[in-house]
Amino acid sequence: MTVKVIKVGEDILGANEEKARANQNRLHSHGVLTVDIMSSPGAGKTSLIMATIKHMKDKASMAVIEGDVASSVDADKINEMGIPVVQINTAGGCHLDANMVEIALNDLPLENIELLFIENVGNLICPNAFALGEDKRVMISSLPEGDDKPYKYPAMFADSDVVLLNKIDLQPYLDFDIDGFKKIVTGLNPDVIFLPVSCKTGEGMDAWFDWLESAVKGKKK
Amino acid sequence: MHEFSITESMLSLALEKANEASAGKITRINLVVGELSGVVSECVQFYFDFLAKDTIAGGAELAFETKPTTVRCHQCNNVFTPENGNWACPECRETGIEIVSGRECYMESIEVE
Repeated sequence: MTVKVIKVGEDILGANEEKARANQNRLHSHGVLTVDIMSSPGAGKTSLIMATIKHMKDKASMAVIEGDVASSVDADKINEMGIPVVQINTAGGCHLDANMVEIALNDLPLENIELLFIENVGNLICPNAFALGEDKRVMISSLPEGDDKPYKYPAMFADSDVVLLNKIDLQPYLDFDIDGFKKIVTGLNPDVIFLPVSCKTGEGMDAWFDWLESAVKGKKK
Repeated sequence: MHEFSITESMLSLALEKANEASAGKITRINLVVGELSGVVSECVQFYFDFLAKDTIAGGAELAFETKPTTVRCHQCNNVFTPENGNWACPECRETGIEIVSGRECYMESIEVE
């Protein structure tokens, strides 16, 4: 048998990218601003989403897709706030992909939604490699994680539109160099919007709400 | 764990290309994987052996070309490989950089019979 070499030169995750584009078109046709929220476990994804819902409930109609390895504890919290929510359990999977999101979208009233949060699985290694159909990528880093994370997970920081540094209320107790951290993050990603916040005390949150509100407005046009 | 979905995608891409060429068997798949892609080749091999078993790619050799991480300094354009987590430019000490290589994750070619 003769061996034949077939040139491929294609991205291995090309099929996911294609599906993500279809999701994006679908969401775009309904004027939905879609925000993918990524972070390590415990950095404050659900807290951020809940604080944002509380603040923006009267300003925009929202919905949430919750990605978790298991359980529906996060989705239950959102549900209690009266916001449409779909739980995806990845059964061990460490990220959401475009196919999972496509299925979740079928269970949301897209025509009535202006702002959709997709809470990704808590992980800094790979969620950024899987496009979902989002307009914006928001990453949360938090003080207890330490200020060296951008050097350990550079791609996550390089791919985000917004980096929120959460739990700044803990600064008196931790050796976290906020200015140094900001310098590294903006070094990796010069266009990033960097916002130090505390979901707990509300410090810095107005800047986040302002950014989000103007992004929602921009989408409606 | 993300290697499972990456392997599934990789296998289906290889099968699609082999099918287009009416090939009877895939003997080798040449992959290019960057250090920053978060893909562990041993892990892909493990899932591949399991997933490809009953397909025309069963028993195919997976060849991984690893691309090192290289970055370019915004200040002086120096291209370097960050050593031991130090991403500041060794020439001018600036921290503003862009990633040039290391994020690759693609299929270069397949070899078929």
